[in-house]
Amino acid sequence: MSFSIDEIQDQIIEEFQLFDQWIEKYEYIIELGKNLPDLDDQYMRNENLVPGCQSRVWLHAELEGGKAVYAADSDAIITKGIIALLIRVLSEQPPESVHEAELYFIDRIGLKDHLSSTRSNGLVSMINKMRSVARELAEVA
Amino acid sequence: MNLSIQPVVSGKAASFRDFDVEKIRSDFPVLHREVNGNPLTYLDNGASSQKPKQVIDRMTRYYEHEHANIHRGVHHLSQRATDAYEQVREATCNYLNAASSREVLFTRGTTESINLVASSWGRHFLREGDEIIVSTMEHHSNIVPWQMICEERGAKLKVIPISRAGELDMEALQGLLNERTRLVSVVHVSNALGTINPVEEIIKLAHQHDALVLLDGAQALPHMKVDVSALDVDFYAFSAHKMLGPTGLGILYGKESLLNSMPPYQGGGEMIERVTFEKTTYNELPFKFEAGTPNIADAIAFGSALEYYDELDQNELIAHEQGLLAYASGRLSQIEGIEFVGTARDKAGVLSFNLKDVHPFDVGTILDQMGIAVRTGHHCTQPLMDFYGITGTVRASFAFYNNQSDVDALVGGVEKASAILL
Ligand SMILES: Cc1ncc(COP(=O)(O)O)c(C=O)c1O
Repeated sequence: MSFSIDEIQDQIIEEFQLFDQWIEKYEYIIELGKNLPDLDDQYMRNENLVPGCQSRVWLHAELEGGKAVYAADSDAIITKGIIALLIRVLSEQPPESVHEAELYFIDRIGLKDHLSSTRSNGLVSMINKMRSVARELAEVA
Repeated sequence: MNLSIQPVVSGKAASFRDFDVEKIRSDFPVLHREVNGNPLTYLDNGASSQKPKQVIDRMTRYYEHEHANIHRGVHHLSQRATDAYEQVREATCNYLNAASSREVLFTRGTTESINLVASSWGRHFLREGDEIIVSTMEHHSNIVPWQMICEERGAKLKVIPISRAGELDMEALQGLLNERTRLVSVVHVSNALGTINPVEEIIKLAHQHDALVLLDGAQALPHMKVDVSALDVDFYAFSAHKMLGPTGLGILYGKESLLNSMPPYQGGGEMIERVTFEKTTYNELPFKFEAGTPNIADAIAFGSALEYYDELDQNELIAHEQGLLAYASGRLSQIEGIEFVGTARDKAGVLSFNLKDVHPFDVGTILDQMGIAVRTGHHCTQPLMDFYGITGTVRASFAFYNNQSDVDALVGGVEKASAILL
């Protein structure tokens, strides 16, 4: 059985409530980063590179059975951990839901700073790209 | 204080004695705040320094009691503001030991100072085939303006290579200098590595070839006094905000004869003597280069920053910063997997490093959680990062108001980052 975007966001918020120290939270994010499979070499191309001047992010998307499927990678492990969360929330969802999703979990788990444009870690651009790709995929579908 | 100092800089006594850093810290309001639940440890001074209350108060007082546009009013306020503004030019002239305040131009920052020279001097004097020399360790603001003007004028940009330690290859410089060299533009103190470059020697060599020298002093003045006359440097550029002053103000020192030979940089009010539609004549120095209403409030507040520096004993300041650098280098070097980037013999208070196999951004993120402000990334020196084959570093940069606790917090933070990330 598959969950909706908001159901997954709520699950993540609940999981993060277990951490009362920032360090546990970051250890968990780093763990997620380490466990996220590296992006296949063939997708580590410049076209898939999401610009960000601090850490770099590569994003690959395709449509599988009417769902937007994402794979991504980063050279920074904390960025990659947050990517793992974003993939968990947005991947394998109907493209139109991705396009319209309101990503409230980021703020609720205390990672809003990571999505401010000044971080320039590529995450904001990555989310924008996930959405725009979803729209393109929705048009194809 | 019991410090085990391993001097990294030979010939300079590393001592915290005599320097009352706690008293100094009480002048800096922001140093007493918390970040992410921890006391702030501010080690991003290379990006911008914090401001003492003397500077903040001066700016407030100006806006509350003294503001008017300058150089144009007969009324009391305008005259007082003009005097205050021009006094800071005079103070800057004295601080740098320039020959005349006509040699001190106010700009928006180091970046604009360099662009002013590139545009005005470069457009006027550069001919096809002429050469400009920069170095591998330049900040982008001392690369891109030269690339732009070289492209426009058909001139060539040459680059002084550096050693792995981060020192200029002076022999290579000698090889690069020739009769086509018009200007050598190098950084006085490297923002990414901390290297203090042998500027006296560079100036001597360049002048032997009739080439001019511009020094990017953005990272030098916060750490040391600079005497432009003794150096015999032709242009010297720096930013107020990196040396206790407000943002948005920079200085370009230029020799008077040179500045006189250069055309204006921008056109507008202030910089003219007489305007007609047939012909406009320009104002004299320094106003020729200051079109429009200048940054009055920031310049006046910068005067208080210079006064602050003047109250400090230069030798004590240098000893204190060198002490911090030595102490930090010694303690950080104990951390497994740490790799310093920039190990020149002569260094100012900048420590760039990486943890093996860890992205600097990750280290910076963990440090930030602990209230420690450092810079991570390429520090606007991408060619330098390419030289080292890295994407960036973690950079801790010290100011004289940093203390041993700041270094201890940094070391604790890096240890924690290493434990979490590795
Ligand atoms: C060595 C060096 N040059 C130039 C600059 C540019 O200074 P500003 O941004 O104040 O113009 C900086 C500041 O980052 C610097 O460190």
